[in-house]
Amino acid sequence: MTTAVIATDQLTRRFGDKIALDALTLEVHAGEVFGFLGHNGAGKTTTVRLLNGVLESHAGSARVLGLDPIRDGPALRARTGVLTESASLDARLSGRDNLLIYADLFGVPKDRVAARVTELLDLFGLSDSANLKVAAYSTGMRQRLALARTLLHEPEMLFLDEPTAGLDPLAARQAHELIAGLARQKGRTVFLCTHNLVEAQRLCDRVAVMEHGRMVALGAPAELARQYVRRLDVDVEVAPEHVEAAADLLARASALVAGRPRVAAGSTGSPANALANGMSNTLSLTVTGREAIPDALALLTQHGIRVYRLTPHEPSLEEVYFALHAAATDGRPAQEDCA
Amino acid sequence: MNWRAIFAIVRKDLKVVLQNKGVILPIIIVPLVIFGVLPWIAALAPTMVNADSVRMGGMNLDELTELIARMPEGLRAEMAPYTPDQQAILFFLVYLLAPMFLILPLMASSVMAADSFAGERERRTLEALLYTPTTDRELFVAKLLSPWLAAVAVALAGFALYVVMANAAAGPVMGGLFFPTPMWVVLVIWVAPAAAGFGLATMVLVSVRAQGFQDAYQLGSVVVLPLLLLVFGQISGVMYFDIGAVLVLGLVLWVIDAALIWAGSRIFRRGRLIARL
Repeated sequence: MTTAVIATDQLTRRFGDKIALDALTLEVHAGEVFGFLGHNGAGKTTTVRLLNGVLESHAGSARVLGLDPIRDGPALRARTGVLTESASLDARLSGRDNLLIYADLFGVPKDRVAARVTELLDLFGLSDSANLKVAAYSTGMRQRLALARTLLHEPEMLFLDEPTAGLDPLAARQAHELIAGLARQKGRTVFLCTHNLVEAQRLCDRVAVMEHGRMVALGAPAELARQYVRRLDVDVEVAPEHVEAAADLLARASALVAGRPRVAAGSTGSPANALANGMSNTLSLTVTGREAIPDALALLTQHGIRVYRLTPHEPSLEEVYFALHAAATDGRPAQEDCA
Repeated sequence: MNWRAIFAIVRKDLKVVLQNKGVILPIIIVPLVIFGVLPWIAALAPTMVNADSVRMGGMNLDELTELIARMPEGLRAEMAPYTPDQQAILFFLVYLLAPMFLILPLMASSVMAADSFAGERERRTLEALLYTPTTDRELFVAKLLSPWLAAVAVALAGFALYVVMANAAAGPVMGGLFFPTPMWVVLVIWVAPAAAGFGLATMVLVSVRAQGFQDAYQLGSVVVLPLLLLVFGQISGVMYFDIGAVLVLGLVLWVIDAALIWAGSRIFRRGRLIARL
């Protein structure tokens, strides 16, 4: 994953006085699933438009699959597939007609069109409704048909804008498997714009977080978590007779632990009550940083507490996102805010 | 030019527009009324105007004779060999309805272009089209071609209907088949496609700014104004449609079309279109 299939340098686009994309510089590598995260108006859709040559930039440059999106727009778009945020289907036509027309537009070889359309209708579970007008389709069916249309010409690179919006959990899971399969098994690059942070965490090799047209973070989800979310939840399993002592000890170590430890796994009471009730001997606590973990362990062992297990929980992308969003809202660097 | 892609868009637009009753109904009803019913009314004119109490077209035979007397010399010369009854029929069916015929390609092309350009944006189907490998020029040609082809087909169908109806209704009075005249053949072959282009090109310019199909259609209705001028020009005797006038009219329309389409091609750019979605 070293070849950059997308490379932008200070890419900028304005609409009137508003900067929709502010000096975006990034590289996306061949075969990776790259998440592009941000709220509405963060610049995600503008970026997809710029990278596919349907919108011109006001400054900076971009290369996609080695091509200039504006100068080589048609050649580039023949190699990319874009799923737009709205399914953008002709509701007055049947599902099959929607695919047949776009097969011609994307130059699918004529002798392959019928078979390819049938194959995709099957793959997305739309064979039975292929001849119905799209107006009669549910939101999920439309989204699946739009995904099928995106794959018609077997593009090398996919731009997916909210691909699972409107899908039920099962269909969303199938879409995730499909996207992951395209990247892992077929080597396609996926540029995934999403609000869905669970989806991004599950699928993406790397993510960029956008705020008001500016990229505020870039990296693998776990890397970003380490970088931007300093506090860490940790489960500590101790000998049953040491639960109360461990909780008291950790509660006093305010440099290492934020707040008072709680008894994990179903207990709502204090450590003493939990122990008395024969419930959990695992404490849940939040440490002030990754470096606090060995210190907390040392503190417990020095006081004779027998530690059976210590499990840190990596922060989710959601926590990273909200930390970055909060920092951007306050106008302060994210790391300071989270430290 | 990628003609496969162009015809795919044409096919798509035609299929989509055929599902839109708001577009199809006026295209069917207008020619049926004008070219299916009017020939019969005009054919009955001679008998109706002879009855004092019955008036046709708001005038009696004397008024009609007076009107024809005010017509340009060339028209009067063309009508001279005919009886007053036949003159009345010729005046209505051949001359007055000639500019009215142009309403067909004009209306059909403008309503279909409104659906193809503004309607596509309204239905939010334009964006996917912009992400295809087509060039701006191919998209523009495709978007022009579908309403234009449909409008010319509608004009030809309306003309065929009119030929049948005019001869069926007025043939007995005229002493046999009398329609189409050479002027009408030129009108249909030379001017009607140009009129379709005029409605279309105007609508392209309007659609870029319109919010949706209805908005574009209402704004674009101004295309009928020049047509009304032609109708009033004929009634008032300022001009009449002979072969020469029709050839010139066609030429003027083609030149205007070329200018409007050139202007339209300047603003039909992906970046501009997508920024308005």
